[in-house]
This record gives sequence, C-alpha cells and structure tokens, in this order.
Amino acid sequence: MSFPPGVTRRDFFMKIGIFFNGIVGVVLAVPIVRYLLSPVARERKAGYESWIPLGNLEQFPSGETRLATYRNPVVNTWDGDTADIACWVRNVDGKTFQVFAINCAHLGCPVRWFPQSNLFMCPCHGGAYYQDGSRASGPPERGLFEYHYRIESGKLLIKAGEMPTPGQASNIVREIRPCA
Amino acid sequence: MRLINSIGEWLDARLQLGSSVRETAEHPVPRETASWFYVFGSAAFVVFLLQIVTGIMLALIYVPSAGEAWNSLQTLNHNVALGWFIRGLHGWGSNFMVAIVLIHMVQVFLFGAYKYPRELTWIVGVFLLLVTLGMAFTGQVLRFDQDAYWGLGIGASIASRVPLMGPSIVNLMLGGPIIAGATLSRFFALHVFVVPGLLIAFVAVHILMVLKLGINEWPMPGRVVRKATYIKDYHELTKKDGIPFVPGAIWKDLFFAAFILLSIAACAWYFGPFGPSGPPDPTIIQTAPRPDYFFLWLYAVLSFLPPSMETPALLIGPVVGILALLLLPFVFGEGEKSWRRRPTAVLTILLAAVSLGTFTRLAEHTPWSPVMDAWSGIPIPSEFLHNRSALERQGALVFQVKQCHNCHSLGEQGGKRGPALDAVAMRLTQDQLIRQVIQGGGNMPAYGKNLSPAETTALVAFLETLHPAGQSPARDASRAVALGTDAGEPPSTDQ
Repeated sequence: MSFPPGVTRRDFFMKIGIFFNGIVGVVLAVPIVRYLLSPVARERKAGYESWIPLGNLEQFPSGETRLATYRNPVVNTWDGDTADIACWVRNVDGKTFQVFAINCAHLGCPVRWFPQSNLFMCPCHGGAYYQDGSRASGPPERGLFEYHYRIESGKLLIKAGEMPTPGQASNIVREIRPCA
Repeated sequence: MRLINSIGEWLDARLQLGSSVRETAEHPVPRETASWFYVFGSAAFVVFLLQIVTGIMLALIYVPSAGEAWNSLQTLNHNVALGWFIRGLHGWGSNFMVAIVLIHMVQVFLFGAYKYPRELTWIVGVFLLLVTLGMAFTGQVLRFDQDAYWGLGIGASIASRVPLMGPSIVNLMLGGPIIAGATLSRFFALHVFVVPGLLIAFVAVHILMVLKLGINEWPMPGRVVRKATYIKDYHELTKKDGIPFVPGAIWKDLFFAAFILLSIAACAWYFGPFGPSGPPDPTIIQTAPRPDYFFLWLYAVLSFLPPSMETPALLIGPVVGILALLLLPFVFGEGEKSWRRRPTAVLTILLAAVSLGTFTRLAEHTPWSPVMDAWSGIPIPSEFLHNRSALERQGALVFQVKQCHNCHSLGEQGGKRGPALDAVAMRLTQDQLIRQVIQGGGNMPAYGKNLSPAETTALVAFLETLHPAGQSPARDASRAVALGTDAGEPPSTDQ
C-alpha cells in the first residue's frame, strides 16, 4: 500500500483512528440525546394528560368556589407530596362548572380565593382575577388557566396532568377571555 | 525538620514540580498591586473551596428525593451534630461568594483590567459569574421547600415564554409534566456535577491566564494601553519595580481570605442556616414564595414590567446584558485604564449599583403584593372611626370584609398595592369614588358585581370621611349647580 508524498503510515492510521472515534461518538450520542429528551418526547407521543376524578358533586356547592386536590396521573413513588396538585372548582349554577389551575397566569404562584370580594389574588406579584377567572388587575397578561371538565355518575372529572404555563401551546388548558 | 526535608526531596525527585511551583510563586508583580484592592479574586477562590468542602459534608446526609429531601434537611438541622452549622456555612458561603464575585468584577472593571491582553480573562470571568449565579439558583432548589417549589414554577413560567420551544423547554427543565421527583434529581445533578465541573474548569483557565499574562498593573491616569507597546511596557515595569508575588503580595490575600472565612463562620453561627421553609406540598397554598437574596431584584423587576413588555424583556434582556459584558473588552480594548479618566465607567457602576440596590430593597417589602390577611388581621386604626355615623361605620366594615384593606393602607397599615386612602376624599369626589369602586380601573378590579347598592353607599360614605381634619373634601362644583342645591351643603349620598 502506498501513501501520497508527505503522509506517513502513522499519520494515516492516526487519522483513521480519529475518524473511527468520531463515528463511535455519533453512535453513542444518539441514545444519549434520546435519553436526555425523554421528558419532551413523551409529551409528543402520548401526552401527559388524562381524566382525573376530583370528587363527588356534593363537595362543590352551587354558587361557591372550593379548593380541590388530586394526585397527578404521571407519578413516581419518590415524588412525595409534590404530586398532589391543587385547583379551584367553581360551581357556577349547579350544572355548569369552572375548574381553574392553582397557578397564576403570570409566573405560576398559587392564587388564593377570597369569597367575600369574589376575587382570586396572587401573593407573588399581585395579580388579581374575577370569580370567572378573567383578569382583574396586576401583571398577568390573561385570565386563569382553566381545565376541561366532565361529569360522570355524580363525580366531577378534569383533564389534567401537566403544570400550566403561560407559553403552553396545549389546547387542554383553555384560555378565559376577559368579560367585556 | 530534617525528616520533612528529606521526604520533600524524595517527593520532588519524582514529581519534578518544585522548580515550577517556586517560579510561579516568586514571579514578579508590579509593586502597587500588592494592594487591598487586589484581594477579591483570591477570596472568591477560597470561598469556592469552602463551598466544595461543606457541599461534600452536606451530601453525606442530604437525600435528593422529592419525597425525602425536606425531611433530610430537618434531620441535618436538628438531629445531626452541628449539621445546622454546616448548612449555615454552605448557605452563607453562597451569599458571600456571589457578593465577592460581584465586588471582584467591579474592581476589575474600574481598574481597566479587561483591556488588552486580558480580554479572554474577562470573558472567562463573565462565564464564572454566570456559573456562580447558576450554583446559587440550583442550590436554592436543593433546599427543597415551598420557596424552592414555587421558585421552580416561576422559572418554568419564564422558560415557557420562549417562542415555539417554550413548552418543550419546560418539560426538559422539570424532567416531566410537573415539578416532582425528576425535577429535584436533575437539579441535584446540575448543582453537584455539571455546574461545579464548569466552575472548576473556568477557574483553572482564569487563574492560569492571570499567571501567564501577569496581574493588571495599578492604573495611572495617562498611562494608556496600546497593543503595540503594552506587553513590553508591562515587562519593563515588573523588572524595574516588581516584587515577588510570594511573599510580597500574597500576605494581604491570606489575611483577607481568613477574614472572609471567619465572617462566613460568624454569620452561620449567629444567624444559622437558611430554612427550609414549609414542606414542598403544592396543596399548601397559604404561602408567599420569594427568591434568595441575590435574585430579589429580579423578583421586583418582574412585578413592575408592564404585561406587554414582560416576555421580550425576560427573553431578550439577559441576552443583551451578557453580550454587552462579552463585547466590552473588544470595544474598549485600548486606552485609559484609570477610573479617574473614565467617568462613563464609574457612572455605569453607580447606575447598576443604585438600580440593583433599589430593586432589592423594594423586593424586601413587596409593596406590589396584596397583604393577604390584612382584611381579617389588621384593624382600621381607631382615629378613622371616631365620631362617625352608623352608615360610615358600616362602610368601614364593608372596607374590611370586601378585602379593600389587602391592597389599600390606612394609617400606614395594610396593603401597598393600591394608593393609600388616608386622604382619598381630597383626591376624588363622591361621584368619582362611586365610579372607581364599581368600575375599577387603573389596575383596580371592578367591584360592581360584588357590592350591593347599600354596601356601595356605605363604603363611599366611609371613604368620604378620609381627609385631614379641618380640610374639606373634594367636591364637584357643577353638580351642586345642576341639582340646584347650595354649594356649601354636603352632597347627598343617595344614588
């Protein structure tokens, strides 16, 4: 075997060695990247959301807004309390409901319900929302996040499983338009 | 002594490090750099060593599991001998490290040390600032309490605003759909392996460059940096007027480092460790999360940005800031080093210090947040209720029950979200008060649907009493004319 002038046999083998390591690097990078992206890939395939019962309808009296909690459907045994998620259930008129995410639409802090003034208030940056979830004042750009719900054999179910965030493209959490 | 010497000789015969270490230690530095202004870099390094040691100590007990982390911190605080002190050292060490890195940066900037040929030293320094802040944020997450939990929520909410990729970035950051076990595990990996690895690598390069290029000479007005002549001039300076780094300059570094370590220990001993606050249970919503000290300014900025500015400012602001820091040595690589001849540099530092200080101070008081329990916990001061009619007192009751007090203060008590109402009757007429209460506006919710006409009447009657004694409240002159009543008569309250 002959080499072009100026290239020694050892140079040639070193270059093959580097090339060979490059190939192996790419082969290893594929599973590593796939592993790192697993939280994202999962979302694209099956989605994180499912229908979760919040409790019997009697727990949510007509005309009132009550705190409800549920265990997140995607859960590991070591998640502890963090997989217990809270939400606000508003029974509008006995038949219609609104289920709001606990997270403020500004930066995700937990909003609190004040039945006396019919407002949700956020402790972080002072966002406030009306009882129907629409924005009342403060830094939020929109109303509270609202879960889809359905009623099945006397139980209230919501479609949930992912923390709602302002930039979320998902149509699971629908946007509430401000009233008038 | 002879034994130590012979062991030393035996080791050096094999390691062959002695001569290069001696050469490095005794390399000449300009005489004026043996100054108390030149001690912050080495102090930051020493605090970093303290963080490594105390971090390893904490890792002996800490459990990076969402279900157990908080309990293991309680164990560290209460059940392990001096566990609270080690946590205190690590927490206060983190605050001191950020502070010293910032002071070091200001000193280097004002002394023009980023100019030729030390541009890369500055750039690596900017990376060191970023990874130090990265350590501070990830460390705050490992203290897995309520603040950490909701702080992650804020981080996720910011990340979600990135166009197109936002939701994927959130999933990647949280390791799943919600803040849970996977989130803590990956922040543990970041805080303990990834970011410290970067930090060690950058520190090594940073120090190597300081040794190879020489420490920045004391800036003299008129001694201008020119690429053509600087290196020759610097070598002449160190040859003519240099002293060996050891022991000529290092004794001040040693004194200051010891002083800083002692200060951290004193803070840890007297003030104790940080938290943890309440357990990371998202169903406990009676919480007002706030970030650690060095992120408080950001917390304040986030509440003052108008909604339309927020996403662009959050996503573009940091990029512009970091780019400006990285480009600084290329744009101003030559010229004067002395701060006496660089007024813009001094003003930039002052502006940054005043802005960050102001925002931090504001975030300690959070005037933008409603005081959540003011309506039930803070009574209206009695001077506002003396000699009031039954209707006006009923209005005061409405003021409390409808949570007006959460956002509006009376006698310095209550929320600061809205304007103080001590003298509101001087600013708004009766009609304007009614309109403001019912329709809201100017960042106040509308209460029209939540107040009965009787409640509105009572509330406005109370608000009309809020003016300094002896001064008459605002009145709409035209209204009196339109109604044909005497202008001196108080306006009627029936609407």
